[in-house]
Amino acid sequence: MAAVLESLLREELSVAAAVRWIARSAQSSEDDPREAAALSSLRPLRKEFVPFLLNFLREQSSRVLPQGPPTPAKAPGSSTGLPGRSGGPPRGGRGARNQLFPPIEASSATAADAPSARRGGRRRGPGPARERGRGPGGLEEGVSGECLPWAGGRRPRSSGSPSSPSLARSDPPNLSNLEEFPPVGSVPPGSAGTKPSRRINPTPVSEERSLSKPKTCFTSPPISCVPSSQSSVLDTSPWGHGLPSGCRSLQEEREMLRKERSKQLQQSPTPACPTLEPGSPHPSRTGHLTAQPADPARVSSRHRLELVALVYSSCIAENLVPNLFLELFFVLQLLTARRMVAAKDSDLEPTPGAVDSLESPLFQSVHDCVFFAVQVLEHQFHVLSHLDKGTLKLLAENERLLCFSPALQGRLRAAYEGSVAKVSLAMPPSAQAVSFQPETDNRANFSSDRAFHTFKKQRDVFYEVLREWEDRHEEPGWDFEKGLGSRIRAMMGQLSAACSHSHFVRLFQKQLLQMCQSPGGAGGTVLGEAPDVLNMLGADKLGRLRRLQERLVAPQSSGGPCPPPTFPGCQGFFRDFILCASSFQFNQHLMDSLSLKIRELNSLALPQPEPSDEDGESDVDWQGERRQFAVVLLSLRLLAKFLGFVAFLPYRGPEPPPTRELQDSILSLRSQVPPVLDVRALLQQGLRARRAVLTVPWLVEFLSLADHIVPMLDYYRSIFTLLLHLHRSLVLSKESEGEMCFLNKLLLLAVLGWLFQIPTVPEDLFFLEEGQLDVFEVDTVASEHGLDSMPVVDQQLLYTCCPYIGELRKLLASWVSGSSGRSGGLVRKITPTTTTGLGAQPPQTTQGLQAQLAQAFFHNQPPSLRRTVEFVAERIGSNCVKHIKATLVAELVRQAESLLQEQLVTQGQEGGDPAQLLEILCSQLCPHGAQSWTWAFTTVLSSAENIAVSLATEKACAWLSANITALIRREVKAAVSRTLRAQGPEPAARGERRGCSRACEHHAPLPSHLISEIKVHSSLLPSDVLSLAVGPRDPEEGVAPEYLEQLLGQLGQMLRCRQFLCPPAEQHLAKCSVELASLLVADQIPILGPPAQHQLERGQARRLLLMLLSLWKDDFQVPVPLQLLLRPRNVALLADTRPREWDLLLFLLRELVEKGLMRRMEIEACLGSLHETQWPGDFSEELATLFNLFLAEPHVPEHQLRACELVQPNRGTVLAQS
Amino acid sequence: MILTKAQYDEIAQCLVSVPPTRQSLRKLKQRFPSQSQATLLSIFSQEYQKHIKRTHAKHHTSEAIESYYQRYLNGVRENGAAPVLLQLANEVDYAPSLMARIILERFLQEHEEAPPSKSVINSMLRDPSQIPDGVLANQVYQCIVNDCCYGPLVDCIKHAIGHEHEVLLRDLLLEKNLSFLDEDQLRARGYDKTPDFILQVPVAVEGHIIHWIESKASFGDECSHHAYLHDQFWSYWNRFGPGLVIYWYGFIQELDCNRERGILLHACFPTDIVTLCHSVA
Repeated sequence: MAAVLESLLREELSVAAAVRWIARSAQSSEDDPREAAALSSLRPLRKEFVPFLLNFLREQSSRVLPQGPPTPAKAPGSSTGLPGRSGGPPRGGRGARNQLFPPIEASSATAADAPSARRGGRRRGPGPARERGRGPGGLEEGVSGECLPWAGGRRPRSSGSPSSPSLARSDPPNLSNLEEFPPVGSVPPGSAGTKPSRRINPTPVSEERSLSKPKTCFTSPPISCVPSSQSSVLDTSPWGHGLPSGCRSLQEEREMLRKERSKQLQQSPTPACPTLEPGSPHPSRTGHLTAQPADPARVSSRHRLELVALVYSSCIAENLVPNLFLELFFVLQLLTARRMVAAKDSDLEPTPGAVDSLESPLFQSVHDCVFFAVQVLEHQFHVLSHLDKGTLKLLAENERLLCFSPALQGRLRAAYEGSVAKVSLAMPPSAQAVSFQPETDNRANFSSDRAFHTFKKQRDVFYEVLREWEDRHEEPGWDFEKGLGSRIRAMMGQLSAACSHSHFVRLFQKQLLQMCQSPGGAGGTVLGEAPDVLNMLGADKLGRLRRLQERLVAPQSSGGPCPPPTFPGCQGFFRDFILCASSFQFNQHLMDSLSLKIRELNSLALPQPEPSDEDGESDVDWQGERRQFAVVLLSLRLLAKFLGFVAFLPYRGPEPPPTRELQDSILSLRSQVPPVLDVRALLQQGLRARRAVLTVPWLVEFLSLADHIVPMLDYYRSIFTLLLHLHRSLVLSKESEGEMCFLNKLLLLAVLGWLFQIPTVPEDLFFLEEGQLDVFEVDTVASEHGLDSMPVVDQQLLYTCCPYIGELRKLLASWVSGSSGRSGGLVRKITPTTTTGLGAQPPQTTQGLQAQLAQAFFHNQPPSLRRTVEFVAERIGSNCVKHIKATLVAELVRQAESLLQEQLVTQGQEGGDPAQLLEILCSQLCPHGAQSWTWAFTTVLSSAENIAVSLATEKACAWLSANITALIRREVKAAVSRTLRAQGPEPAARGERRGCSRACEHHAPLPSHLISEIKVHSSLLPSDVLSLAVGPRDPEEGVAPEYLEQLLGQLGQMLRCRQFLCPPAEQHLAKCSVELASLLVADQIPILGPPAQHQLERGQARRLLLMLLSLWKDDFQVPVPLQLLLRPRNVALLADTRPREWDLLLFLLRELVEKGLMRRMEIEACLGSLHETQWPGDFSEELATLFNLFLAEPHVPEHQLRACELVQPNRGTVLAQS
Repeated sequence: MILTKAQYDEIAQCLVSVPPTRQSLRKLKQRFPSQSQATLLSIFSQEYQKHIKRTHAKHHTSEAIESYYQRYLNGVRENGAAPVLLQLANEVDYAPSLMARIILERFLQEHEEAPPSKSVINSMLRDPSQIPDGVLANQVYQCIVNDCCYGPLVDCIKHAIGHEHEVLLRDLLLEKNLSFLDEDQLRARGYDKTPDFILQVPVAVEGHIIHWIESKASFGDECSHHAYLHDQFWSYWNRFGPGLVIYWYGFIQELDCNRERGILLHACFPTDIVTLCHSVA
């Protein structure tokens, strides 16, 4: 392969021809016959070229070491093995960082070929299930805890085969500075380097380094070569979430790192005796490390670098490299290389004549690296210009770039200034509970009351668990399983019926979508957290806060340019829930539900803006379009990720099968299992319909969670083949009619590139499929205007889907923070903001609140309402635009023309600058246009509104007239039966219940107040025959006679108002009123006042009784228990009175009959039954007389009837007539 | 009437083992003149209920019941007119209504063939005139009337107060022109958990979105608030999103800590309600 490179360098071969040759197997007619001949002999090696080139560049750059400990020199005699001579990449034991890809020979047979040999020593990502295996010879994951995320892959194997020429030549252990040279993700077989890089999060140590000024405290590079036996000291967290559980101080951690590093240095077989580059300061372990200045004048062998850069760029442009952004990352590393590690003198002094070959190292100094990097960046300007504004700014402000290519810097600055692609990863959280929808959630949807109530409880348990997780999952030592496992399983255990499972799965899935759809949800902002801080800070400080948040959060949000699939933020809850529940039924229902939703969303007809002739005007439409697309895409990705997680969960293991036999048997077994969702068909459909931009990103998420066997299964292998071909076809420079939009392509390239680096995807896959290149023929004629050719992706979505692209910015930012030359633009000191505490709520912006309210409004409405509203809005908006274009704009243009004529006339023939004229015209017309626009908009809208309202009214009226009778009948029937049920066996309330009159102002006393009053006074009253001095009673307590009248007056008011009255209160008051009547009749009410007069006057008592009778008759609407009056207990009150007076009772009974409140027969029955009670002898007699009197004299004139008159007229000792 | 935890604790401290009488309440009012009567009564009642819950078990051992019953019998034998039962309850520091229930149950066990059902007992407590023994009927009545915290009368008052505040809240909502579904409407539609009111169009109170409002005619102390959170408020949140709880008689300020989570506490109807504006841009 080096031969090709060499012939390029010797200019025997044009770069274009070489790239054509690499990209296509077939010869092209454009090729020079001489070139063709040169290349044809190399044909068998063709597909090795790209991996060779990439590995070559990594190797060559290995010496660029900006800081760190003294770098050991190369092993003596190792410089012989130049790539050009090796005839191909060396095998075995290659250092991780100098071999990007395995040699094709080693793996070209099949991917399945001897995987154990290839993978035996590899430590793959543990997979989301977080199993931790300990493979033989594998580096521990723990190591990665203190490495930069991308560190692991480039860990040189100091103990690896020294026979490897390339290793010996350029791979001393400490050369691979991990921070400067992240692994490119792919690791050659046999390397123990594995790909832990993909699953390691940065520790606070590395984070600090990357984001702050050069450190005096920590200058050593991260531990890159800690042998497995030592690593576990440092990190116990399988997921590498920051600090180990012990949570040591940073200082301690550094100390440990230092120890580790020195250990590692001691163990390194390569001698640690650096030969310093002349003139460069001795890199000290603790001192400042400043970047070596790069000088264009000191670049050696420009031409060679240019050529290699061109070839390399062409490979990138043709998508011959697996991961575009990884290469950009590599190039930016070169750009920001701090210093060159000294090599042997022979390397430093290029031998004359060898300059244009590969005899001497490609990068001989930092100047070379920067020159090369800038060259490549120039070629990749188009991609760069589509990055976010922050990255562009950093690039444009990079002084090396300015120094080496002012032209590129100028273009970048222009791109930065023109860019609107401000990407903010912090999004407002949208977490809320899934709303209860009667259509799907009420009793009618359940098989039994029990199922309904069980689900009611489950919903509450689910959210309880979720809330607890939110509160506690970040506490050190908290464990999901320990904290919530048993509760979750207990809850799942209650889901017996299949119907309940489907209800719960629906809840689970909806909640998942609500919480995790936004990247904010994925990034760890959970329920209510963010608004809290935001509210405290106020809107003006929001931007600052967001920047701060990004700085604090973003570095950990992804693990290097090729992070492993993770479940960040709230997703972790759902993953752990699934794992903890470990319910087969639940998983099955969940897969069914996820699959269905994926199909539904994937085939969703995203409303397409009508093809418009001019592009500018449809901008408004695209905004909504993009937003909707983003929502659908993000939902799909989330669902697919979880589908992949659950579907492959049973098969997931830390390691691929150890033997070929085992693997074969697993393959034959697995090939029978139908896929959980026919993703291949969906992919094919997507490609055909030109909707790859929607389908591929979620498919990638799904596949990223596959187990090791999956890529070997025919079914999935064919999917990978399709994806590979798609990847190859997404050439960014092609921009023709009907071609996919640039950012759409970029998104697909990013996600596919990421997929190809996933631990479970064989790394050779990418370079293997070439033979089937021609298979990729998708009939896309059918749909000219698929989603692919619409600008549905913007930077926000790109960065949301691929946060790892942000690594580019971080790399550049860390350069700025580290470069002492200038204080960079990005990392400014952020002044801490003091908050005024939680209590003081600053006014939220009205707009924000209104938007929240609108969101909230839809939350509890059925989803169809939102869809309808959005549809209507979209249609009306679109029609307005059309209308404006057709009428107003045309009119304005006509005006402009006439204005122009005038201008020309006044200014004469010279006219003036046309651009200036245009400006003048527009400034005159636009305000007018905007006014007319508002007017047009309002009129159109109000017309539409009126039509909609009248149509709706018409429909409702038509329906009403047809159905009203039946409807009312049904509703009334239901109401009646409800009322009857509520009433129970009791007869329905007499008469209809009346409300208070319209004029009532509800000033009547409250029922509760009256009941309390009566209760208090009841306790003051003698309540039994024996007239005891009741309970605790203060001397000043008693009843004023006026008070009783007032009380009854209030009772009457309240009964007539009824505003606050409820039946139980009324019933109670009715009972109390009867009791009061009994007391009045027995003259048992203690009266406040002079001791002599402690009984009510007769007239007062009678008045009160009349008031009561009137209340009973006219105001009470509940049955009044008048029969209580003649219960033995109440009658017994009379027995205690000395002298007994019966006239009030008789009066009352007669009035009751008179007013129709009680029937005579009723009273007679009650009186009759009184005889059954045992009374004192004389009382029985008096009672019998009363009975007779009542029977005999229905209309006795009103007079005092005394006990003595009833029984013993001759006793005569008692009171005088009143 | 929002109290800090410290203020609340001071009041609660005064209530330790105070009998539930009007006199106690009057003294409390003198001690804390700045607090409203209703708030004090509510706290008083809650504290007493906590006290009763703590000591409930010891009054329900068979030995205790037997001893109370014998004391009651001896008491009324000596003087049926004396407030035997009420005094007994006060002596052993137990709620009079609950003491009445114990004795009534014991009495019925002795005099009826079958053990009395709960509903029979409840009905007799509501209307003591149904109690076959006149003396006991009076004793029970006296207990119920003199009990500030328990018994059918107190339940009735509490129910009435709760209802009144719901009505009040409804009026305020109508006055503000906010459309809502009330508990009955929600139940008719098959909702499994029903706050007092669900707003059909959410509003914002102090910058927080509110979907539902629950009226509580009591003081929100820790114990009752946590019970309500578990049984009601979180359930509402789980179904309808954030909402507002009005503790008409106040609450402990520190309990209002779930605002950001979506449960807002208020001691009155909020004044600064922001509604969704339907304005054309």
